[in-house]
Amino acid sequence: MARRFVKVYPRFERLWHWTQMVMIMILMFTGFGLNGLHSLLPFGPAVMLHTLAALVLLAIWIFATFWLFTTGTWRQFIPQIEGLFKMARFYAYGVFRGEEPPYQKIFWRKHNPLQALTYFGLKVVVFPAIWGSGLLYLTYNFWAADEGSTFMLYVIANVHLLAAYVIAAFVVIHVYLLTVGHGFRAHVRPMVTGYDCIDLTSEQEAYLETNEPGRLMPKKG
Amino acid sequence: MRHYLTVVFALVLAAVISHAAQAQGENATPTPPPAPPPIPTTATVDHSKLKVLQKEFATGTEVTQACISCHNSADDQIMHAIHFTWNYESDSGQTLGKANVINAFCGNVAGNEARCTSCHAGYGWDDMSVTPAEAGVAPDCLVCHDRSGQYTKTSTGAGNPPLDPVKPGTTTITGALAWPVDLTKAAQSVGKPGRDNCGNCHFYGGGGDNVKHGDLSSVLYAPSKEVDVHMAQDGLNFTCSNCHVEDQHSWAGSRYDTVAKDVVGRGKPGAVRTAATCESCHDSDPHPMDIKGMKLNDHTDKVACQTCHIPEFARGGVATKTFWDWSTAGRLDAAGKPMHESNFIQSDGQALHTYLSTKGDFEWEEDVVPHYAWFNGHVEYATDEVIDPTATVEVNRINGTADGADSRIWPFKRMEGRQAYDTGSNKLAYSHVWGPTTDTAFWTNFNWPKAIEAGMKAAGQEYSGNFDFVDTQMYWPITHMVAPAKDALNCGSCHAEDGRLDGIAAVYMPGTDPRSPVGLAGMALFLLTVLGVGIHIILRIVGGRKGGTDHG
Repeated sequence: MARRFVKVYPRFERLWHWTQMVMIMILMFTGFGLNGLHSLLPFGPAVMLHTLAALVLLAIWIFATFWLFTTGTWRQFIPQIEGLFKMARFYAYGVFRGEEPPYQKIFWRKHNPLQALTYFGLKVVVFPAIWGSGLLYLTYNFWAADEGSTFMLYVIANVHLLAAYVIAAFVVIHVYLLTVGHGFRAHVRPMVTGYDCIDLTSEQEAYLETNEPGRLMPKKG
Repeated sequence: MRHYLTVVFALVLAAVISHAAQAQGENATPTPPPAPPPIPTTATVDHSKLKVLQKEFATGTEVTQACISCHNSADDQIMHAIHFTWNYESDSGQTLGKANVINAFCGNVAGNEARCTSCHAGYGWDDMSVTPAEAGVAPDCLVCHDRSGQYTKTSTGAGNPPLDPVKPGTTTITGALAWPVDLTKAAQSVGKPGRDNCGNCHFYGGGGDNVKHGDLSSVLYAPSKEVDVHMAQDGLNFTCSNCHVEDQHSWAGSRYDTVAKDVVGRGKPGAVRTAATCESCHDSDPHPMDIKGMKLNDHTDKVACQTCHIPEFARGGVATKTFWDWSTAGRLDAAGKPMHESNFIQSDGQALHTYLSTKGDFEWEEDVVPHYAWFNGHVEYATDEVIDPTATVEVNRINGTADGADSRIWPFKRMEGRQAYDTGSNKLAYSHVWGPTTDTAFWTNFNWPKAIEAGMKAAGQEYSGNFDFVDTQMYWPITHMVAPAKDALNCGSCHAEDGRLDGIAAVYMPGTDPRSPVGLAGMALFLLTVLGVGIHIILRIVGGRKGGTDHG
């Protein structure tokens, strides 16, 4: 076993993450403004910005979906039961006692079980809800009929709003949990540089050194 | 003593001078307005060269006879059109039209004919109990087709023009001192109607400039682009009939049966549509197909064009009457004479009546934010219906529902007032107000019981003999004075808490209700999350240990 700095987040994934972060911030700021929570932007320009940010995010998502499936990275997001309870216990108890996080990031699995389950839920339920409702909202003219459109719009708009609040709550937890465990800087750094400290088996290390040397940071000293 | 005499002398002198000045004002020769600017035409006839028009005409009817000697179907057409019949069989099943309805202004035509029919498109209709055709009334071609600018009608002459010699003090339908009309000159000038032809009646409905509609005032004779983007002389310079297109002397556009939602739009290329809707030119998806325009087009199924594009009415410096309380009419001054108060100063400095012994109390407004309501184009009148006198009576009901495929949100002028009703039958009462020679007309005798009894009789209605006054409201769709696109309402005018459509929209409108049930649930979720994180932080601090270790 050797601890090595391995590139776990390739350039595209980092670009995806940070573009998504900026767009979600813009969407939440403009979106909650459109909902009437604040009036820091006039309604018309806020609608334009919200729509443009959504379209940019949609484009990034199309690329990301393609990337997830062609590279096999989608497997990272499949939830697993094993270790889930331990992780939950850590956040609810162990963390207060200064315990080490029970999950060690491994080469082919960069999320802990709780993280994977959360992302899975986001990707399967919340994001489709906000995308689906948002696209229906945006394209109202193309499907609206004389009868019932008013009620449909009411349902669509409220699904969109509820999903937005769920995402806002996720963002709060997501940012907060960066401070738990190895600490904020340690958690953010890999998403900037791409490299994280991973325990590699000697076989994995040998494999990477031979076949993908670019993914390994040279040993210090 | 000498000093005293000087004062008396000065006062007498002042009185004589002022009286002379007044007399001079009365005797000054009224001058007709100049000829309006010519309207571009493709006509191949110069009417001034027609032999049949090169003669002295003694009456308006003679001119009409000359007209129909060539235009031999025109009289039949106009005599079947609402400008002549004042009768309208509504889709709602009611018989409407000026000849029949009670409105919230001067009330009713019956009993007040020669004053009200001064704006009738005919000569001499002075009895509502018969149709103008039955009464043998000839249509008035000139009121719509005169292009000399000097044709007019007297304000109390049942549609007849002021002819030489004009009785001193006679006024025209626009309230000006009347001049003698030159019928020959008018007949030789005829052409397509201009804004002045329509406006001389329609701008002065309800007894004065912009009193009635709110969006039709003398400003529209020569409006700026800011007041009316279509009619501006330095712009498109539209006449009324550019939009109110005509077919056999009947015009598109009706306040009784409005096309509230035009789903046909421009129609097929080259196809002629007789419609006065915005969509008949601009189509039903009028905004450009960009990211902004597409979202604006999303609104056209529920929001009328006028709602955003006429942000206020009574623009351009002429106010509209918004309140008329008939119940206070009849108060006389200390000398027992009719009195007036003029406490509203219009933006052009003119003082407008706020009380008249003849008419009661008024309120005026300029640049008025409309009242908004769902409207499917159908209007029903309370005339001859049993009303509830304990509630505000809607003189005309505008129909429409939020989920109705035929309805859109429209802007309205909401006229408010108090009007007489028969306490026996609980129906709105007809009143006889004008009639200088009768001993029952309210404007001459200031006696409500007599005026209402005479009005009910003139209208052929049963009357219990008892009356009272009831609060009323009347709705006037706002569709003129379309502002330039830059002045259209901003999204935030409605998409805000307490926005313009607050309480009436009944459709999902983002921005109007952040504390909806789902919004509150979302907020609760978010706050619980923040609370949970807060407790987590506190427990980590209280635990006294750093949460985890930073491997750096």
